[in-house]
Amino acid sequence: MTSAMMTGAQILIQGLLDEGTEHVFGYPGGAIMPTYDVLYDAPLTHILTRHEQGAAHAADGYARATGRVGVCIATSGPGATNLVTGLSTAHMDSIPMVAITGQVAVPMIGNDSFQEADICGITIPITKYSYLVKDVKDLQKIIKEAFHIARTGRPGPVVIDFPKDVQAATARLKKLGKVTLPGDRPPEVVTDEQIKNVITTIKTARRPVIYAGGGVISANAAPELRQFVKKTRIPVTTTLLGKGCFPDTDNNALGMLGMHGTKYANHAIYESDLIIAMGVRFDDRVAGNLQKFAPLAKIIHIDIDPAEIGKRFKVDVPVVSDVKPFLKSLNKLINVPARQKWLAHITELKEKYPLTFSDDGKLKPQFIIKTLSDITRGNVLLSTDVGQHQMWSALYFKSVHPRQFFTSGGAGTMGYGFPAAIGAAVGNPGKPVVAITGDGSFQMCIQELATARLFNLPVKIFIMNNGYLGMVRQWQQIFHGSRYSSTCLTCNPDFCKIAEGYDIPSLRITQPGEVAKAIDKALNADGPMLVDFRVEEEENVLPMIPPGGGQTDFLELEA
Amino acid sequence: MNKILSVLVRNHAGVLSHVAGLFTRRGYNIESLVAGVTADPEISRLTIVIDGNDAVTEQVMKQISKLIDVISVEKFTYEDAITRELLLLTIFVPPEKRHEVITLANILGASVADISEATMTIEFTGNSLKINNIVKSLDSYKIKNLARTGLLALPLESNLEKKK
Repeated sequence: MTSAMMTGAQILIQGLLDEGTEHVFGYPGGAIMPTYDVLYDAPLTHILTRHEQGAAHAADGYARATGRVGVCIATSGPGATNLVTGLSTAHMDSIPMVAITGQVAVPMIGNDSFQEADICGITIPITKYSYLVKDVKDLQKIIKEAFHIARTGRPGPVVIDFPKDVQAATARLKKLGKVTLPGDRPPEVVTDEQIKNVITTIKTARRPVIYAGGGVISANAAPELRQFVKKTRIPVTTTLLGKGCFPDTDNNALGMLGMHGTKYANHAIYESDLIIAMGVRFDDRVAGNLQKFAPLAKIIHIDIDPAEIGKRFKVDVPVVSDVKPFLKSLNKLINVPARQKWLAHITELKEKYPLTFSDDGKLKPQFIIKTLSDITRGNVLLSTDVGQHQMWSALYFKSVHPRQFFTSGGAGTMGYGFPAAIGAAVGNPGKPVVAITGDGSFQMCIQELATARLFNLPVKIFIMNNGYLGMVRQWQQIFHGSRYSSTCLTCNPDFCKIAEGYDIPSLRITQPGEVAKAIDKALNADGPMLVDFRVEEEENVLPMIPPGGGQTDFLELEA
Repeated sequence: MNKILSVLVRNHAGVLSHVAGLFTRRGYNIESLVAGVTADPEISRLTIVIDGNDAVTEQVMKQISKLIDVISVEKFTYEDAITRELLLLTIFVPPEKRHEVITLANILGASVADISEATMTIEFTGNSLKINNIVKSLDSYKIKNLARTGLLALPLESNLEKKK
């Protein structure tokens, strides 16, 4: 029996459903219309954003929050190019995504046709892979491969460029086997010898530190990490993307390391004699000066991507593996006593260099985030935009579980946070998602207020409104003699009035005493809510290591 | 020091952009890149000569290996590989000098592919070093056009056998 003839658009939607897709984020246009016609009554939810960039970030936030592949759809030309920032953001942070773009009809490709853009060509460096579907007969296999590529190995975004005539062309569904790609490498198996080597290295260390990143979260290895620390009592510092892979509230937690990390995390790294790096890439915001990163330490580096090992840093014990099976094997065999002297020293470091801000009665962003953390006991989904508020969120919000904290780490994309919160909210029905943003970042995707309203999503927008592009202003203050070139956002709109325009309730907060109540009100409100926190204008993010600085070269600054 | 990489890839549109794009993105230098189909029409071989130290070469190989269309990446040393390049060189030669050029070409193992009133085109296949020598030997003549294919390489099986 052969299956019925289906159009390319129908095959695409069937393919998405077969891959378990329940939600897609998108924006229609000319060259994707046959697909939108099928979407009209397809059994999956299409979330209409107000800009393709919002759709890409929402799909990314959805993926980070759920661990599933985020899907976004756009039309050809400008629709497709508007996804570029979102694809780059996902690529830098290894987030599984499939982006479907309309394309002009195959015979028109290459003629500079209306709304034509070579999106496959444009996105080569910022995607894991891309497909241009030229023949409808290939489509079914392409969809399956695209999802496979996006979610396996080191995850990443994949583009399927889908010409309009192929969407309308017909083919029959075939029975497909398992995806095999010539470039697929079987996952590396960690040998007993490697595990033994790791254990010996850990046993001989006196001052070990775990440096854990986004790879632990994408491997879903947080429980294994927790067990490993329970058995070894090795202190853990997490990267911005690793936030939540180990509870910030745990005694062994050091918080974030790097440029704006805690002083005690950076001191611990600097003094350590063994760094156990997992799912990390020794990024320049973590290790500004490789010579002065951990000069006394041996390095064990576990990563699923062989190209990350030795990329920036010479590694003593390389392990190419998914973090989860590695930790599982390790946990079975590891048995080392707690390094009491080292732990006592860590406690001293925490006491000597506490994370503080000056509490002078003014409305401090740190205070707001700390209050949010205290009120929720870290039990709320949270996204951030990029800048000062992002670093304060990383420092003062105590995450307790993975897939809870969503932020654009590698790309540092302003405008990411709010749409990402929308995606996270779609993926976690009923749970509030706080989007901590700045007055600069928020205006980069502010149009998504309509999306939050339309789907009544419980996204709580907390604007740390200081009237500046705060992080750039801070750098100008420090490195450019306080010449605030184009960083003062005069003419900011009245954000509460904007919210009102979208029929979203809002509050304006100017006093520390109002913060707790406002947060409570926002979290308990039905649907979206915006809180415009008028925070101290020239607050600086501290601690700070200047770019290129060693791990303990902190700038001494007034907060 | 130049390194030779031999990369087997799926033979389809876009694969060359992916490989070449990687070099641009990561800031690696390509000395030459030659692409051609293998005995299996589905598979192409890219022979890439890069300029980089061992650490850079290792990174290049790892990054190339990650590309979805790449089947394998091998590094050849010059001793363990047969390397060949084709040179076409058109030089201005007045008729009275033709004989001299032909003699020179014979000595160098090159051949004359074309003669026009004002020019001669020399053809030579060999390793890159010899090609450089030929170009140098003929540098008293004004060059009109020069084209090189870039390096092709395969393992030198006889040498590898002996090593076993």
